[in-house]
Amino acid sequence: MKLFIEGIGLLAPGLSGWPASQDVLAGIIPYQGTLTPLPMATLLPSNERRRAPEIVRVALAVGLEALTSSQRNPAQLPAVFASSGGEGNTIHEIMCTLADAEPALSPTHFHNSVHNVCAGYWSIATGSHQATTSVCAYDGSFAAGLLEAGAQAQISGAALLIAYDMPYPAPLGDIRSIGAPFFGIAFVLASAPSPMSVACLSMATGTETEPTLVPNPSLEVLRRHTPAARCLPLLCALAEKQPQVVVLDYLPGYSLPLEISFINSLGEK
Amino acid sequence: MTGLVFSAFSVVSPIGAGQQETLANLRMGHSGLTAKPLIPLPIAAYSGQVDGLTDSVLPDPWSAYDCRNHRLALRALLQDDLMDAVEGAKRRYHPSRIGLFLGTSTSGILETEQAYRHRDPVTGALPKTLHYAETHNTYALGRFVREFLGLQGPSYVISTACAASAKAFASAARMIDAGVCDAALVGGVDTLCGTTLFGFHALGVIAEGPCRPFDAERNGISIGEGAGFVLLERPHGGHHDRSIRLLGVGESSDAYHMSSPHPQGEGARKAMENALHAAGLCAEEIDYINLHGTATIIGDAAEDKAVSSLFGKTVPCSSSKGFTGHTLGASGVLGVIFGALALRAQFIPGSPHTRTIDPDFVINYQRIGQTASVRHVLCNTFGFGGVNCSVILGQAGE
Repeated sequence: MKLFIEGIGLLAPGLSGWPASQDVLAGIIPYQGTLTPLPMATLLPSNERRRAPEIVRVALAVGLEALTSSQRNPAQLPAVFASSGGEGNTIHEIMCTLADAEPALSPTHFHNSVHNVCAGYWSIATGSHQATTSVCAYDGSFAAGLLEAGAQAQISGAALLIAYDMPYPAPLGDIRSIGAPFFGIAFVLASAPSPMSVACLSMATGTETEPTLVPNPSLEVLRRHTPAARCLPLLCALAEKQPQVVVLDYLPGYSLPLEISFINSLGEK
Repeated sequence: MTGLVFSAFSVVSPIGAGQQETLANLRMGHSGLTAKPLIPLPIAAYSGQVDGLTDSVLPDPWSAYDCRNHRLALRALLQDDLMDAVEGAKRRYHPSRIGLFLGTSTSGILETEQAYRHRDPVTGALPKTLHYAETHNTYALGRFVREFLGLQGPSYVISTACAASAKAFASAARMIDAGVCDAALVGGVDTLCGTTLFGFHALGVIAEGPCRPFDAERNGISIGEGAGFVLLERPHGGHHDRSIRLLGVGESSDAYHMSSPHPQGEGARKAMENALHAAGLCAEEIDYINLHGTATIIGDAAEDKAVSSLFGKTVPCSSSKGFTGHTLGASGVLGVIFGALALRAQFIPGSPHTRTIDPDFVINYQRIGQTASVRHVLCNTFGFGGVNCSVILGQAGE
């Protein structure tokens, strides 16, 4: 399966936006995991913005960045959402409430607790009636999302992938640790080259090969401890702009090899 | 769209374990809804429970996976010769070429609910007996089934609230189309837990008494639990004229509200239109519609509008929620399996607990089951976040 990347969105500590992050990911300037405040979900109407949990702000920010640089219309773009868990703070609140003798759950908490919370808010924010789906493969959730979005793009011509993770608070966070306080990544993927293509991914089926590591130790820590950050070998390759093969972590005995090549300005490989 | 065939399918729900018992209860109109609560609510709610899950502990070496959701998953894997069919597929294809695409809404979150009640009074820590990755995490279902069946291909869990296991059919078909795998096991499992019981109660949509889909006096849902699996393959010599075919899947988003459906059912209509287009069929060629029909006031009204605007007043429709309750993440695959049984038996199931159909409704709603000529079935599933999915089935011998 061949996929052409038309837009990238990125948000993590020390990685604010794709343009500003490329020199760090290419190893030209050092990585500093500086915390920045989460952007507001400006795409959402104000009543929905008040109800939207934090994880939605991450997903919408990276989705919007990828969408803007691809210049595609969200109304024609199916979207795939991938994360290891849902909205951690919301799940924790519900678990605490259910431990009470007479639980009084908040209806907003309940609808924000679904795994597809970001997908729901995304379609409301963009007004898109296109299909969205939300997938999970624990630590391999990014690769799962890439496969799902790739297969979707083969049929619809293009698809948006948004992968993200945020930690649970304690005590659940003590037994399921997510390293980064937030990590979001988005790609607009097309099945054919266009003037907007920046790189081409060739995906084979899975392999037993060990996943590629990231040379920068701090970024490798990020990759290892945050499921959505398992995309970092791909991001580093895209920032280096050197054709190469990277293997992404997916499932036991089934990693995902990606052959990355680059497109010249004429839209030809 | 797909040309994929059901090599095998299995089902467990409040109306029985396996196709035979399920079909017998569909024929007799026997509901599986009961008044005895698993987790008591402040109202006299009914629920659709699968008997014996509370005691059927997973055997070694699966004890880390033990939770209500996986006990039900295992019971469904053991029905209807599904495991034999999976073994056959493992011999036919390389093990890395069989995909696994399952749906759930709440996975094994019941384990975490119970663990929060047993936090350490001093440190607040959760008991060491909680296996988050193997039970609560959304992927836990996929991980358990993949290991239990010895599958080695691509796998993920789709979690789009109540539409999860219907969407799994779309994912599986796309992945086979894209050449990522040659065959796929699709399914869904959802079990009762406090999160959904108290969550839907907080939204004010749980019925007192059993749910009454499409009834003039309907007043909300009854939550149920259930599981189903379908082995999807390209046609081969092992299939026969009566094998069920997946003809098309249609999807859409409401882009309206997180927990309320679009009142005119616009998103639902788009999903059904997309499914017809994918299947290459026109509305007149659908002989039965298995509705989402959860028995909420707004939801049933929106679906009546959507279905009647596309199919008119004649095509027989019914919801299965009066049999099983709303099985949430499993409702997609259960609806598809009820549709498959309707094709197999040439029988359109009725709607237990529905007494008087809402006089404002237009569609041809079937309160009582009946024999009919059924060539094509459409199954609707809608979920939180405005997710809509319609699946169209036929038979191989057409």
